[in-house]
Amino acid sequence: MTIETIQEEIIGEFSMFDDWMQKYEYMIDLGKTLPLISEENKTEDRLITGCQSKVWLDAQLSDGKIEYTADSDAIITKGIIAILLRVFSNQTPKAILASNTNFIDEIGLKEHLSPTRANGLVSMIKQLKIYALAFQVKQNNQ
Amino acid sequence: MTFNTLDTIMAFDVQKIRADFPILSRIVNGYPLVYFDNAATSQKPKIVIDSIVDYYSNYNANIHRGVHSLSQEATDAYEIARQKIQHHFNAEKSHEIIFTSGTTHGINMVASGFSKLLKVGDEIIVSAMEHHSNIVPWQMLCEKTGAVLKVIPMSEEGTLVISEYEELLSENTKLVFVNHVSNALGTINPIKAIIEKAHKKGAAVLIDGAQATSHLMIDFQELDVDFYVTSAHKMCGPTGVGILYGKEVWLNKLPPYQGGGEMIKTVTFEKTTYADLPHKFEAGTPNISGGIAFGVAIDYLNSVGLINIQEYENMLLKYATKKLLEIEGLKIYGTSSEKTTVISFNIKGIHPYDIGTIVDKLGVAVRTGHHCTQPIMDFYKISGTVRASFAFYNTKIEIDIFIEAVKKAKMMLS
Repeated sequence: MTIETIQEEIIGEFSMFDDWMQKYEYMIDLGKTLPLISEENKTEDRLITGCQSKVWLDAQLSDGKIEYTADSDAIITKGIIAILLRVFSNQTPKAILASNTNFIDEIGLKEHLSPTRANGLVSMIKQLKIYALAFQVKQNNQ
Repeated sequence: MTFNTLDTIMAFDVQKIRADFPILSRIVNGYPLVYFDNAATSQKPKIVIDSIVDYYSNYNANIHRGVHSLSQEATDAYEIARQKIQHHFNAEKSHEIIFTSGTTHGINMVASGFSKLLKVGDEIIVSAMEHHSNIVPWQMLCEKTGAVLKVIPMSEEGTLVISEYEELLSENTKLVFVNHVSNALGTINPIKAIIEKAHKKGAAVLIDGAQATSHLMIDFQELDVDFYVTSAHKMCGPTGVGILYGKEVWLNKLPPYQGGGEMIKTVTFEKTTYADLPHKFEAGTPNISGGIAFGVAIDYLNSVGLINIQEYENMLLKYATKKLLEIEGLKIYGTSSEKTTVISFNIKGIHPYDIGTIVDKLGVAVRTGHHCTQPIMDFYKISGTVRASFAFYNTKIEIDIFIEAVKKAKMMLS
């Protein structure tokens, strides 16, 4: 599936909720499905420091696609990461670099991606793309 | 209820007080706002907001310099505010009140002044429960002068260990810096005793009153404090203005903090003579409207009465503490018997950020995180807490709403 198709799918899922509580409960459930970074990879260099919740992110390239793993100590943050990884994992570096995160606004979670929100998610998206850029450069040099 | 007399109850009408604060009628995320982040900043009554509009609408002019009428009016209003602050805190002289941009500015002024007075081997004592941004000026001062920084430790309930403080004090102690009330825990520190003990060794004492002045009646002369700093915005006043109180003898000893207009008497290229207090420390055009509005905020607080405020807030604190502790797995950090209306807590297995996010969705504003007190968080071996802090315009009903919101968050997050 393309990034756009997955985003449309998520927008569809979230449009079924009547209120914020159902939405957050769903997100908390999604957090439990997050492809977790292994404990030994929870190192300082994989830590994205937001002000309050810790976020770890790792990436591997296999068959030209990036597989991300991540974790957070805050469960709502974990839920949003799970949504992001559903969109960006198993995609090519090129597709990831060309994509945007506007769908977050459409599913009503915009406030979590505000640059002033102290949860590390903005840095997380930046880091997702930095990995994609690094893998792309590596591919081009091969 | 802890009210002593029926009169006090009659005098304290919280609904009438709430009507003074326009922001309290706001709807947030579809719910009436419950503002429990008062330790970060207080809300402002209309009379304070109006005073700023009035200044800019009717007598905006630069102060202390102009011969024209507007400048005179603005200068008078600004100096009257200084006198109100002087009388409120019972400073001996109005020029012992220096306007600053806020608490941090005041702390830096004293730290900078002491850089000229300290030598290698001198000692500065700070407490383990300081706002960490306020530890930095002392670390910088020690690096610059070769003085040594010592720390008064904290006990499990979040109080300073005074016997350890006594051990730390010596003839080498030149300055002691302690907050009056901890922003993370709400503990009211025994500053009168701390000051007395420091003075016996000849050390000066600077108190950070940012978390105290909106809750307690404070008398600078009775405390015999050498320096005291606070911010207007925690006291129903505007942001960007505060005071440094210093005893005249100390303020005369310290060199000026910044160079600029207003702080000089005569300038030639060879030598500048500094102006008298308070202008020596007030270089440049100050926050004139802020200073005036600070005076109005003090009048407002006094019209409600700090004694009434304290009694009412104590009732809120006791009620909220009791209600919170009924929630299973909830732990409160900072359990001193001497506290202001700050409750820092965690629920077992739940990140404070998650609780803060859910209660915000229900219209309740609390602070989450380390509250800029990393040393306190390290002491309790936690990454942060949820902090609810109340003011005299909050109500028991709001506490009930908050408790329900926390319960809902717990249900969703466990």
